[in-house]
Amino acid sequence: MKVAHADVVVIGGGGAGLRAAIAAAQADASCSIALISKVVPMRSHTVAAEGGAAGVIRTDDSLDKHFDDTVSGGDWLCEQDVVDYFVAHCTEEMIQLEQWGCPWSRQGDGQINVRFFGGMKVQRTWFAADKSGFHILHTLFQTSLRFPTIRRFDEYFCVELLVEEGAVRGVLAIEIASGELLLLRCKAVVMATGGAGRVYRRNTNAGIVTGDGMGMAYAQGVPLRDMEFVQYHPTCLPGTGILMTEACRGEGGILTNKDGYRYLQDYGLGPLDPWPRPKAMELGPRDRLSQAFWHEQRKGRTIGTLHGPSVHLDLRHLGEKKIMERLPLITEAARTFAGVDPVTAPIPVCPAVHYTMGGIVCDVHCATPLPGLFAAGECSSVGIHGANRLGSNSLAELLVFGRVAGESAVRHARSVPAVGDAVERRAGEAAGRVLGLLAQDSGERLATLRDAMRDTMETHVGIYREASAMRQACNELAELRDRYRRGVRLDDRSRAFNTEWLTTIELGFSLQVAEAMAHSALKREESRGAHVRLDTFTQRDDEKFLCHSLAHAQGDGPPRITHGPVTITRSSPRTRAYGCAGERVELT
Amino acid sequence: MSAEQHITLECLRYHPEQDDAPRWQSYEVPYTPDMSLLQGLQYIKDHLDGTLTFRWSCRMAICGSCGAMVNGVPSLSCQTFLRELAPGPVRIEPLAHFPIQRDLAIDQGDFLKKLESVKPWIIPAEPRALTDGANRQTPQQIDDYYQYAECINCLLCYAACPQYGLNGKFTGPAALALLHRYNADSRDAGTSERMEVINAEDGVWGCTLVGYCSEVCPKGVDPARAINQNKINSTRDYFLRFLAPRR
Repeated sequence: MKVAHADVVVIGGGGAGLRAAIAAAQADASCSIALISKVVPMRSHTVAAEGGAAGVIRTDDSLDKHFDDTVSGGDWLCEQDVVDYFVAHCTEEMIQLEQWGCPWSRQGDGQINVRFFGGMKVQRTWFAADKSGFHILHTLFQTSLRFPTIRRFDEYFCVELLVEEGAVRGVLAIEIASGELLLLRCKAVVMATGGAGRVYRRNTNAGIVTGDGMGMAYAQGVPLRDMEFVQYHPTCLPGTGILMTEACRGEGGILTNKDGYRYLQDYGLGPLDPWPRPKAMELGPRDRLSQAFWHEQRKGRTIGTLHGPSVHLDLRHLGEKKIMERLPLITEAARTFAGVDPVTAPIPVCPAVHYTMGGIVCDVHCATPLPGLFAAGECSSVGIHGANRLGSNSLAELLVFGRVAGESAVRHARSVPAVGDAVERRAGEAAGRVLGLLAQDSGERLATLRDAMRDTMETHVGIYREASAMRQACNELAELRDRYRRGVRLDDRSRAFNTEWLTTIELGFSLQVAEAMAHSALKREESRGAHVRLDTFTQRDDEKFLCHSLAHAQGDGPPRITHGPVTITRSSPRTRAYGCAGERVELT
Repeated sequence: MSAEQHITLECLRYHPEQDDAPRWQSYEVPYTPDMSLLQGLQYIKDHLDGTLTFRWSCRMAICGSCGAMVNGVPSLSCQTFLRELAPGPVRIEPLAHFPIQRDLAIDQGDFLKKLESVKPWIIPAEPRALTDGANRQTPQQIDDYYQYAECINCLLCYAACPQYGLNGKFTGPAALALLHRYNADSRDAGTSERMEVINAEDGVWGCTLVGYCSEVCPKGVDPARAINQNKINSTRDYFLRFLAPRR
């Protein structure tokens, strides 16, 4: 086993991880930083984010408005003190990226341009055409190359956090090319591994989004918070799940059913006119739009495709010039992957899993309950998304809290003594477990278990939920975990670049994360944000459930679910309404 | 679903622990008209042979992971469709000019070093604080560099470049395009710092203007144009140094 040392280890080379690494390097030039990622950083899933990142800049906008949109969008399950910190620091992060070279779209005079997104009172989304995540990621990656204290471990796959005397003191990883094990001793770890959308069958996420970091933290006793809240994005290509950005609607795109009717007006988002106006119709929040699709499907008003029902996302009235200027990526994607040209035809779309609102619980400093472990970005639950994330808040989050996590980790690393040798024994034990997977003689095919997990989640823990189905999901996941333990039989027993082995380790993480989602969902006996039930609990219940859920790992058994308080500082729960109903609520 | 059709995918296989030399292996893959080559490879991995090794991630042509030679042409496998390759057989190899790590996975290390060598970050004329706010940059100024900022580092251009095939030291299309991206950015003042890379024998002068790099780029970047532009800059720099020697 190879051994290396760093003061701070950042796991994940996407937006949050890169921002954390840069912040750590800037905070202390004497601090050694290891940036470790299972892909070369610019392959990370941040690359696929399209629409943009929120930051108050217009004179008719305010931090209070960003706060209100975020907290009501999250159905009052946000940590309001954290949201306050967040909205106050978004804009400076956008400016920082600008100064590092991000090609933000501009107005004619060279000033920053911002666009509308769903659930947003005023235009607030900084964007780089519809390749915002791509440009953010490449800007951060290229900027990170300036800092000699950041040592990259590209294509190293982390398998376990090594905890000694109650604190994180190392990470065990596999060097993918050789299959050799690496013990990375450290004083602090920033987890920045992204979400877990791939536990579902139909999703917008890249193949690498398998919940690894959540699984690693969870295995060390760190609770996963609010895991029942899984965001379905309403406009994705049937079959592949490729995302058609919310910016399509921010720029004026409309949604119609098989009769050409703008059906959202039937679901509390209307009336149609005046159009466009914020927080109404197609500019409603994602949870409501995905739920409306489900109802349209039940009413038989969707449009069939080879890959199931769809509605139409119509951009034609925007005209070719605007479409090509503002939405070139999704135009190309629709042409290539759906055979539809958005300039001349509506795009068939349907909901697909997009984002995990929950994650590794952490405070405003990104500190988790496990000393030395910090978390940022989609893998974390710092508390800004509540029960439903607003579009544009995730790219902003990974910048704001990526920086915080990097700085916190450096502070922590300075305060703890050098790493002892005890961590090597832990590494040896972890190595035994991971190498054991290669020795498995009998068992099932990896794809069989993986597909069963995805189908279970899709069928039983989807847009609408009920107790019997969720209970079934819990049972099926327990059975799948049992089958996984009994064995995955690999075709490939070699060490060098064994992606079958790595995918098996990923599946271990995914199964645990899926189980945390299903059990947290079953225990939340109300409807809130993205968690909507069809059984007796169709309403929000602030008496009993204005609280976070926390999933605690229990070894091979199902998780234990507890509930904890939500920080409410200045916005008491109100009716969450959009369209003209929303305007009425705001007046009262 | 339409009636199932099959296509033969012939993949180049190489395992560093087991093989002395690469070899071919054929797989029969069922496909539907909307299936990509990547989905074909995934079918093999899931159902036929878990040892077949390739990189992929976003499956929507933005992460740059899944490049391969498809019937000799550098391509992203996620946006190459099996219907276009039918009836086959299709020959799939790792990207040309790179060492093979295993099967279709190539060693990207050399490219990453070259990327770093062009100083791909903003070098401002004067340090700028956050409180100074965002720079102004007109849409016209963005146009000056934007296409070069669209590179996804998929390395198809290196696989297409005959010069890189002959001389691995050549900085190569994507890295030189990125160098130009920063030089052409109105916020950047680092051109002279990057001139050393440009002027070097393996910088822009390594290019013989075949232009195949631009042809295979899946994102419409034109590295050949960037390189040509920098040949002009390099020549100017050469003469200017006689007039006003640096340091």
